[in-house]
Amino acid sequence: MTMSATGPEQDTRTHPLAPRNLVAAAVGSFIPLVLAVAVVALPLVWMLLSSFKTPGEVLTRDLSVLPHSLAPDNYLQAAREVPFVRLFVNSAIVTVIGAGIKVLLAIFTAYALVFVRFPAKKLIFAAILVTLMVPPQVSLLPNYMLVSGLGGADTYWGIILPGLGTGFGTFLLRQHFMTLPISILEAAEIDGAGHWRRLTRIVIPISGPSIVTVALVSIVFEWNDYLWPLVIVTDPSMMTLPVGLTLLANTESDALAYGVMMAGSVAVIVPVLIVFASLQRYVIAGLTQGAVKD
Amino acid sequence: MSSVTSAPVSTPPPTTARHVRTPTSRLRFGARERHDYLVFLALAAPNILLIVAFSYRPLLSNIYYSTLNWTLGAATAVPVGFDNYVRFFTSPDTAEIARVTAVFTVATVGGSMLLGLLIALVLNRKVRGAGFARAAVFSPFVLSGVGVGLIWVFMFDPTIGVIAAVLRTMDLPSPQWFNDPSLSLVMVIVVYVWKNMGYAAVICLAGLQAVPRDLLEAAAIDGAGRLRTFRSIILPMLSPTTFFLLITSVLNSLQAFDIIRIMTPLGRGTTTLIYDAYLQAFGGYNRAGYSATVSTVLFGLLVLFTAIQMLVLERRVHYR
Repeated sequence: MTMSATGPEQDTRTHPLAPRNLVAAAVGSFIPLVLAVAVVALPLVWMLLSSFKTPGEVLTRDLSVLPHSLAPDNYLQAAREVPFVRLFVNSAIVTVIGAGIKVLLAIFTAYALVFVRFPAKKLIFAAILVTLMVPPQVSLLPNYMLVSGLGGADTYWGIILPGLGTGFGTFLLRQHFMTLPISILEAAEIDGAGHWRRLTRIVIPISGPSIVTVALVSIVFEWNDYLWPLVIVTDPSMMTLPVGLTLLANTESDALAYGVMMAGSVAVIVPVLIVFASLQRYVIAGLTQGAVKD
Repeated sequence: MSSVTSAPVSTPPPTTARHVRTPTSRLRFGARERHDYLVFLALAAPNILLIVAFSYRPLLSNIYYSTLNWTLGAATAVPVGFDNYVRFFTSPDTAEIARVTAVFTVATVGGSMLLGLLIALVLNRKVRGAGFARAAVFSPFVLSGVGVGLIWVFMFDPTIGVIAAVLRTMDLPSPQWFNDPSLSLVMVIVVYVWKNMGYAAVICLAGLQAVPRDLLEAAAIDGAGRLRTFRSIILPMLSPTTFFLLITSVLNSLQAFDIIRIMTPLGRGTTTLIYDAYLQAFGGYNRAGYSATVSTVLFGLLVLFTAIQMLVLERRVHYR
């Protein structure tokens, strides 16, 4: 229980590549890690591979992992069944305009809440925060009545407008603006800089990462948004990608269509995956805000 | 004259002089204040108006709609008071919907939190590639539920799906995922957990990394084993994180829609509260008034969970 017992233990600790440690690391860390990544990645890999398979390759009990060729037949077939390119463009338009306006609104509102004098600002902020709790699903029917009544069915503005008010972005940027050194802004004010100048020349330039975070989260939400566009759009030429894919799944419900459906999934999933892979730090930080306080 | 000019000289020091408002300075202050108010409104009003129009107004509209017997698309509606609520709370369908919602919520929240914690414990070991694994495991959370649903419809296909193929190698028949309502529920739960466990993992990991190192070292010196350290130190220290995760996960799963819509369009065995609200109004029944009733009940549930969260967090703050 004394020197002889602690001796070898210290030995293994100081040699990270000792066989015992290697085995322990493999069993305790590496294998579960590989397993977790595989569970997440394999369905996505399967989607990508299957999107290049012919109906004959899909519709068989002897599955082969790799497709015979990389000809984009399924993508072309998907484009024949639904206006695929149009859907992609629609999604891009809705995402860019929607997320763009959302970010601007969040910046303006957060700046006003932190730096501009106004009575009962805390109360206003609380009222904005409450909307984080109101899921869009609950507002579905009333918003449908309002927007379709205004002629917004099957239009871009009808898809974009109801989601523009942003509680999340305002919250995130307000928290960030409150950490900015007030002395810089006071100095600028003394030098005669108005609010607009202080916002555009000081606050925005030094808040890059936070604004990028809000922008990315908004982009992901707009791109994936499903329920609202599903309800407000019935004309296939105005559908976004997720809504159009429903059409694909509904019209071609037989097994022959799986390759085409996987091509559609690639179109809706891969762009987000690319954005996520290149800027994952911001996306994860934005989506897990508020988890660990203190 | 001299007495008048000497008056300002005899006024108190400048600090208090600021509070003595001559008519002109008050006017100037008022103007600046007014200017600030206008700036505030110009910057914040668009967002606030949008929120009022598309988040607050619908809550009130829903309550009004829920008192109507109203077919979507019809020009007129008949006020029926609380009839929709009576129907909702006495219908046998509601018991089934409540059961499905409860099973779905408990299973998805429990499953994703448990798997998330296990993954976080591994990620916390700082092995090579842990950063990559963290991002990879998180990635399904940001993907389109529609795309994800389609992939899994294909994988679960009882004849040509990859899951059936794996089962076949073990000489097992594929379960009828799409025809058996209770298996359909299992299926959407599996997919939902797959999509959300990475979110739980990242939040648990942040909680684990916030556990003070000296506490762990002290436990090691006292001879506490791994299991003992986990049970007596890590788990209690993780409880605020776990609680946050629990509430956000419950709120998220009560709002789950895309995967259910894509994998089981008819909602046989998978009709949760939110899916019922959709089906009633837009799924062919056109029962707008009844759908608004379901939405109002759902919102009540969300308020309840949020209130619990606030109460518990408040207590925690006081405790500290």
